[in-house]
Amino acid sequence: MPESYYQLMEKIQAVDFVLVDLTLYLDTHPDDLEAIKQFNQKAYESKQLKAEFENQFGPLLQYGLSYSNYPWNWKDAPWPWQV
Amino acid sequence: MWVYEKKLQYPVKVSTCNPRLAKYLIEQYGGADGELSAALRYLNQRYTIPDKVVGLLNDIGTEEFAHLEMIATLIYKLTKDATPAQLEEAGLGAYYVNHDQALYYQNAAGSPWTATYIQAKGDPIADLYEDIAAEEKARATYQWIIDLSDDPFLNDSLKFLREREIVHSQRFHEAVEILKEERDRKKIF
Ligand SMILES: [Fe+2]
Repeated sequence: MPESYYQLMEKIQAVDFVLVDLTLYLDTHPDDLEAIKQFNQKAYESKQLKAEFENQFGPLLQYGLSYSNYPWNWKDAPWPWQV
Repeated sequence: MWVYEKKLQYPVKVSTCNPRLAKYLIEQYGGADGELSAALRYLNQRYTIPDKVVGLLNDIGTEEFAHLEMIATLIYKLTKDATPAQLEEAGLGAYYVNHDQALYYQNAAGSPWTATYIQAKGDPIADLYEDIAAEEKARATYQWIIDLSDDPFLNDSLKFLREREIVHSQRFHEAVEILKEERDRKKIF
């Protein structure tokens, strides 16, 4: 895969990691307003980055959470363990 | 339900084909304190745990599947180019005879995964203490594998996973406190 695939993927992984970690934190600290603000900000950033990634490299999400090109490209390699 | 995302939680690289390390790493794939055990334990306990901590078990259980996928990717990358002779030399001769290069849920010593590794006691404190112990054991296992590994890329991924076990343990401790607080409040009124 081109270098840009890895660069963009790593940006997504970094933002999504913050979202995972904040999710667990908020599950036990549901009243932390600053954390919720950060969560919503990161959720927005994640969506932007994924739209950019999907334009170049195809859908990231299954079952209609990403749009398809023609022909159907969800099933296309590479899968995550292949890169 | 779950939705698959075509990405790993964290970048996974290995320096070179190394079936010896794959043989150890499979402990975290199908071993007692591995990622499969963790995912199945938490997602199963969540049905009967009090509402206040269902979300946490749901979300940590889901993250464990992302870790399972990282471990699978590491094992796959460490073994995919190995010849049968190299696998045998690394102590994976019997494994090769049974599975070729396929992944299988077993521990480093070759015992297949079993549901006896995990418990659902129904008592929320007992279940959460099991979860805390499981996270600490998984953290220790990652450390012992790192100690045996000379692959800096592999160790980078394993250190990420080791840190996640620490965070999970911390969150489970908080869940215990939340339930104890709720229990004590009920006693007062
Ligand atoms: Fe964990």
